[in-house]
Amino acid sequence: MEINDKKLQVSAIKNGTVIDHIPANILFKVINILRLDKIENQITFGSNFESKKYGKKAIIKLSNVYFKDNDINKIALVAPKAKLNIINNYKVTEKRDVQVPDTIIGIAKCGNPNCITNKEKVTTKFTTISKDNIALKCHYCEKITDLEHLDIL
Amino acid sequence: MKKKHLVSITDYSKEDIFKILDLAAEFEKNPNQNLLNNKVIATLFFEPSTRTRLSFESAISRLGGKFIGFTNASSSSVSKGESLKDTIMTVANYSDMIIMRHPVEGSARWASEVSGVPIVNAGDGSNQHPTQTLLDLYSIRKTQGTLENLNIYFVGDLKYGRTVHSLLQAMSMFNTTFNFISPEELKIPDEYKLFLDKKGLKYYEHRDFSEIISHADIIYMTRIQRERFSDPMEYEKTKNSYVLKNEMLGNTKNNMKVLHPLPRVNEIDIDVDENEKAYYFTQALNGVYTRQAIITYILGLKNN
Repeated sequence: MEINDKKLQVSAIKNGTVIDHIPANILFKVINILRLDKIENQITFGSNFESKKYGKKAIIKLSNVYFKDNDINKIALVAPKAKLNIINNYKVTEKRDVQVPDTIIGIAKCGNPNCITNKEKVTTKFTTISKDNIALKCHYCEKITDLEHLDIL
Repeated sequence: MKKKHLVSITDYSKEDIFKILDLAAEFEKNPNQNLLNNKVIATLFFEPSTRTRLSFESAISRLGGKFIGFTNASSSSVSKGESLKDTIMTVANYSDMIIMRHPVEGSARWASEVSGVPIVNAGDGSNQHPTQTLLDLYSIRKTQGTLENLNIYFVGDLKYGRTVHSLLQAMSMFNTTFNFISPEELKIPDEYKLFLDKKGLKYYEHRDFSEIISHADIIYMTRIQRERFSDPMEYEKTKNSYVLKNEMLGNTKNNMKVLHPLPRVNEIDIDVDENEKAYYFTQALNGVYTRQAIITYILGLKNN
């Protein structure tokens, strides 16, 4: 097994999932979206690592946790460049990118304060109209919420 | 296939729109038809809009139907804190169709998802007002003979004016050329320019409203509201720069008509009213025929 200094910044896991390239400032949003506070498996977080590509990045290592595409893609809204490494016996056996889903139900909050979803108990629903610069069109008020105005429920 | 609700103009295809416009033309020829006999239509106005409500109630009456409802939220259970969902689910038990005006955006879409009877959106906040759009389309087709390849000038508040946004979306199906005349503060939002770019349609923006209207087939005037300006000085400076006067219509095209969703304040000088190119009061009359068409189309009472 190859171990270098960089990898030792966060202890290695034997089996599970590593989520890498999370922008450091949205680590806690990712934790919320994936409801990691409810998981009982071992989890290691690291933040504010130097990343040549993205400035400061964060990393999450989850022992014996594997995500379905539908679940992990939810984080693409806030961390579109996140990478998933699937670990088996200390080795990366699969690498995956996250994809922004075409429809987003119940994760994001509509940026329009006068939208019915912010007035009554209505599950939010958006159509993704741009994946590069995240832009979501609300199914109800038809207004567009961009990344700057995006809140995660 | 007929549509179950009318929430947003973008839910309707060209075919749906033409069916409604053809029906409206039929009602213009023969407005009093007993098609709503034994039907009860609810008109729920969570915020007052006298003009729209009277237009709908006139349409229902000419069709021989009955209507129930309220004219503002303070005289309904909403003032006791009832949710929109509960109001709609209750009134759906009492009626065959709900026509609703509500100050919150997306309220009509939400209502259509919980209601057992058809919902017609008579305005949801700053979002949609599709029956206005359909009566605008009816007026344009009637005066121009077609909806295709027209040159439309929108004037005034193009930022907040939902009638402008909905009509723009609808007219984008007909190879329209758009001209936007507004103060900088109230210019057409970028998302609509992007929308037109994607459709490959031509549009031009102007700040000055004086001699550029000679190519227009339709001039669509809107009201500039004081409360839209953060700087009151700016409002004072701007308000008189976007007023249409009779003398400006001299070198416009013969087929050109002036439309306005009403109410008007001072943006069309009353000296325009006598000009045969002024069409806004007939436009309001067309609203009754168009609403008759929408109601009977959605309820499936007219086969064509």
